[in-house]
Amino acid sequence: MIKTLTRRGLLQSSAVAAALALGLTACGGGGNAAPQQTVNSDAVEAALQKGGKLTVWAWDQSLKKVAEGFEAKYPNVDVNLVNAGTGNDQYTALQNAVSAGSGVPDVAQIEYYALPQFALSKSLADLGQFGAADLDGTFTAGPWSSVQAQGGVYGLPMDSGPMALFYNKELFDKHGIAVPTTWDEFLEAGRALKKADPKAYIANDTGDAGFTTSMIWQAGGKPYQVDGTNVGVNFSDEGSTKFAETWQKLIDEDLLAPISSWSDEWYKGLGNGTIATLSTGAWMPGNLVSGVADGAGKWRVAPLPQWEKGATSSSENGGSSLAIPAASSQAALAYGFLKYSNVEEGVQTRIDGGAFPATSKDLASEKFQNTQFKYFGGQKANEIFAESAKNVPAGWSYLPFQVYANSIFNDTAGQAYVSGTKLKDGLTAWQKASAKYGTEQGFTVKE
Amino acid sequence: MSVQTASRPRSAGTAKGSSSAARLRSPRTAGSRRSRRSVALTLLMGLVLLYSLAPLFWLLVNATKTQDGLLNSFGLWFGGDFALWDNIARTATYDGGIFLRWFANTVLYVVLGAGGATFLAVLGGYALAKFDFPGRKAVFAVVIGAVAIPGTALAVPTFLMFSQMGLTNTPWAVIIPSLISPFGLYLMWTFASEAIPTEIMESARIDGASEARTFFQVCLPLLTPGIVTVLLFTMVATWNNYFLPLIMLKNPDWYPLTLGLNAWNAQAATAGGEAIFNLVITGSLLTILPLIAAFLLLQRYWQSGLSAGSVKE
Repeated sequence: MIKTLTRRGLLQSSAVAAALALGLTACGGGGNAAPQQTVNSDAVEAALQKGGKLTVWAWDQSLKKVAEGFEAKYPNVDVNLVNAGTGNDQYTALQNAVSAGSGVPDVAQIEYYALPQFALSKSLADLGQFGAADLDGTFTAGPWSSVQAQGGVYGLPMDSGPMALFYNKELFDKHGIAVPTTWDEFLEAGRALKKADPKAYIANDTGDAGFTTSMIWQAGGKPYQVDGTNVGVNFSDEGSTKFAETWQKLIDEDLLAPISSWSDEWYKGLGNGTIATLSTGAWMPGNLVSGVADGAGKWRVAPLPQWEKGATSSSENGGSSLAIPAASSQAALAYGFLKYSNVEEGVQTRIDGGAFPATSKDLASEKFQNTQFKYFGGQKANEIFAESAKNVPAGWSYLPFQVYANSIFNDTAGQAYVSGTKLKDGLTAWQKASAKYGTEQGFTVKE
Repeated sequence: MSVQTASRPRSAGTAKGSSSAARLRSPRTAGSRRSRRSVALTLLMGLVLLYSLAPLFWLLVNATKTQDGLLNSFGLWFGGDFALWDNIARTATYDGGIFLRWFANTVLYVVLGAGGATFLAVLGGYALAKFDFPGRKAVFAVVIGAVAIPGTALAVPTFLMFSQMGLTNTPWAVIIPSLISPFGLYLMWTFASEAIPTEIMESARIDGASEARTFFQVCLPLLTPGIVTVLLFTMVATWNNYFLPLIMLKNPDWYPLTLGLNAWNAQAATAGGEAIFNLVITGSLLTILPLIAAFLLLQRYWQSGLSAGSVKE
């Protein structure tokens, strides 16, 4: 018995060795240089008809249906949709693939805040060569400005996150508290809520870089200035100060639930009345429906509270683009997919899947605006989101090393949530650490 | 080990084998004759037991809850609804049954990776223990050095190397690095030098057996406890391998269970993503079952194997 076992073992291992040798010889090359010639839309159409295999890295689940529709329309194209990790994980993988020069996808989902980093390091193809600049006006202002860098277009907006205030109406009604329209009222509501129910909090926040920058964006702050490799980081402007002062009061008076967003505790708190509001992007409804089934019918949407009474300023939170890595050897075909997914039929497919689009036309359409959300008690929430998308202040930019900067937020500014550090000082610490890193990376950083 | 040799009266050298086993056995029986109870030790043992079993208990309890039930019931006891079967069914079918694919991948990595690592370790350990050749000391130094380097430190260089060979994003990227187990080699080496009396090999040779036959038919049976031990070590390492596949694989079709479950968990933190904590938990439970089964089935070999080489004669 032992004899046969070992014979099989031997056979198996020699098969492994043979397959190994095959694998070694079969796979060489990779890492082709980017095609730099200008291609017109005919070339994109030709590539679509000719077909090929397209590797798409994205974690967005609604893209699956888009890929199916795309393959049906262009039968010669085979889309290989790969979830290479969510957010940061995927950026690390992408960076690895780019430096290794092989295994780079043809299309990658990249959040707006991370796009400048990849654009500036020349890891992405400039879509200007396919005439992407002609799409000016197709997308809402926030996302469209987010995909521009150094006079080029480095991605097509896939979705957007115009901000709004999601609130637990049941909780507000129960305690007779008015829904805040300004951040001062928000603070007051937080105090009133705490008094009425010590276990309830107006919001949760344990320090979140994306949220903080979005809030400063709404307040008109411009802490980041980017001009090529000249970068400015400064959190002492008026917008940043307004946010820091108000939020400091919320922190000092323990009005913010010490619950991190996206944790299981967070999902629980949204359902059981621990967390009363959520100031976040318009992509949130889908998550509420699937993750907080308990909240159905209790939650509503209101415009984001304002820094000045009567103002209508808004902001963007989250959202991603689809971009084409410079190392892709089939950029024309990839652009065909980008256009299908983010400008043409794919947009409706994604809306039907619960995504929030970035295209002005769809945001303005009657069908979209009249959609009633059962979760929000039949409210036509898209009206509020679409209005918000129009009111995003222009001129915001993220750092060309924002992924890193956000990763150190909790060691610096985030300290204000857990220790005696003031938020203002925390932001200054964040500024210093970001600037230091930028200088190390070869940027000329001005604080 | 001693029991093993005695129960297999096959090879010519059995008599000599059991005589050396008897020598091994005597000090052990003499030491364990007096039984003593210590309250402190029992308490400590109880604490450790609780510490090891509590997470398993939590996992078992929470695998029976729905997504809602998870958030709305006490974590360490069953909720109102018993949804274990439903959870298992959904885990197996969610996203086109990708969980089963991950399961099969993991089994593939374990069979080829851990199986291959064990096979190589046995061959290498046997050769190092029983053959004299120049450079043995050097090999020993390299192996001991390699034991000291954590696999995590080698992951990135390995990634760059594999990506130049075009092997990333293929199962080979996980299997090939798993084939090397310095610790397994070291264990087999010490085990083989203890378990195989040189006299047996000599008598096999005198009887006209080839080197291969001596190894497979005479020595291999003697090595069984050691082989099982190494197999268990490498199996656990490969089954739980996370970091290596994380950087090597991008295609979910090749993910092992560890990466797949992490992807499911991360899904709850994305815009428009569905929160499926209940499936993550049920999936985790299903993931550890085969390991538990392997341990229960092989533990007697494990115990006898662990003590091998621990006493220097």
